[in-house]
Amino acid sequence: MDKNKKRELIVKRIAKELKDGDIVNLGIGMPTMVANYVNEGKEIIFQSENGFVGLGPRPEKGQEDSDLTNAGGQPVTIIPGGAFFDSATSFAIIRGGHVDVTVLGALQVDEKGNLANWMIPGKLVPGMGGAMDLTVGAKKVIIAMEHTSKKGDPKILKKCTLPLTAKEEVDLIVTEMGVIEVTDKGLVLKEINPAFTVEEVQEKTEAELIIPDDLKEMVVD
Amino acid sequence: MDKIVSLEKALEKIKDGMTIMIGGFLGVGTPEKLIDGMIEKGVKDLTIIANDTAFPEVGVGKLVVNKMVKHVQTSHIGTNPETGRQMNAGETEVELIPQGTLAERIRCGGAGLGGFLTPTGIGTIVEEGKRKIKIRDKEYLLELPLKADVALIKAHKADKKGNLVYRKSARNFNPIMAMAADLVIAEAQEIVEVGEIDPDEVMTPGIFVDMIVRGDK
Repeated sequence: MDKNKKRELIVKRIAKELKDGDIVNLGIGMPTMVANYVNEGKEIIFQSENGFVGLGPRPEKGQEDSDLTNAGGQPVTIIPGGAFFDSATSFAIIRGGHVDVTVLGALQVDEKGNLANWMIPGKLVPGMGGAMDLTVGAKKVIIAMEHTSKKGDPKILKKCTLPLTAKEEVDLIVTEMGVIEVTDKGLVLKEINPAFTVEEVQEKTEAELIIPDDLKEMVVD
Repeated sequence: MDKIVSLEKALEKIKDGMTIMIGGFLGVGTPEKLIDGMIEKGVKDLTIIANDTAFPEVGVGKLVVNKMVKHVQTSHIGTNPETGRQMNAGETEVELIPQGTLAERIRCGGAGLGGFLTPTGIGTIVEEGKRKIKIRDKEYLLELPLKADVALIKAHKADKKGNLVYRKSARNFNPIMAMAADLVIAEAQEIVEVGEIDPDEVMTPGIFVDMIVRGDK
């Protein structure tokens, strides 16, 4: 599967996870693409950590407003009914449990639901931005990532080795291989992409996967 | 009392070694004219409190590139490679703070609070050296207030009493920083007469603002 196909599958599946009326914060990168696949019948309110709800699509060329960007600094729009606020309010929304779902990328995630996505010591230290607050504060934390690293190494581990973003906060991991739920008993493979076998998924996952009797196919269309 | 001053007059207040809060999010809502004035004046050894260090050519990033910053308290430096380079070379001290914690520490500074308890950072390196307090079986970190000598604010509109209105996502850290510094300088794109901003529409009350500088439209 090429990279774009993998990503499309992942974000389409996550879009199905969002419910009508949810307030959702999408991280930078692949998570941002989730907005493109929300079913028309569902009303989702997107929160932008830099200070508004009602985040809308990219403006038409020439319609960009330098005072209106997303958290990645890209020009965006605000939908009717949206609202702007300051950063303290934005994080009161995030930390205070008013965000239903956040979708974030990950460098590593482990069987306890620990997440590492903000630094590689000595290599990459961009800072955590709002990721720590989002992971702690959102009611549901969904990880959108490719199942393995570029080198093919597992990213779903028994224990994260990189500095954590948050402890035991991840609820769901969606990769091109399947949908994995973090439970008290461990990681449960809820859905599998029919292009892979259970053995293949386990081989690419360091943590032990629990395979339920009612394992479903990962369907997006 | 007339709060409207020339750029030069405002810059007289900014001195070497000061702690300065600067509004903006990746440069959106950052007072660029004040930043350019600081570069021209050549102040140094600054401690900067800002959400991020923007880009090498934008906002706070320009202060970093011009080596005017000795210490930065921020949530994100990833868009400005020069900040990372200076950090790794030991030239600039970079203190990374979760964005919500940064915002709330600033709010506490302006609100006269001694700090606050947050679950953010528990179980991560952010908790190192901080007090952990359990409230109703949940662990929190004690985070302390932040204050500054000067806050540099970007407003869309100001009246002559310093009442400010921000525009769209350019608001971000500006309102809380305007409450947390000894001296508050607002760069406003438009300056109007007193009474032209409806009191219901004021986002930062003028009592917080000491000086207003005319910005570019």
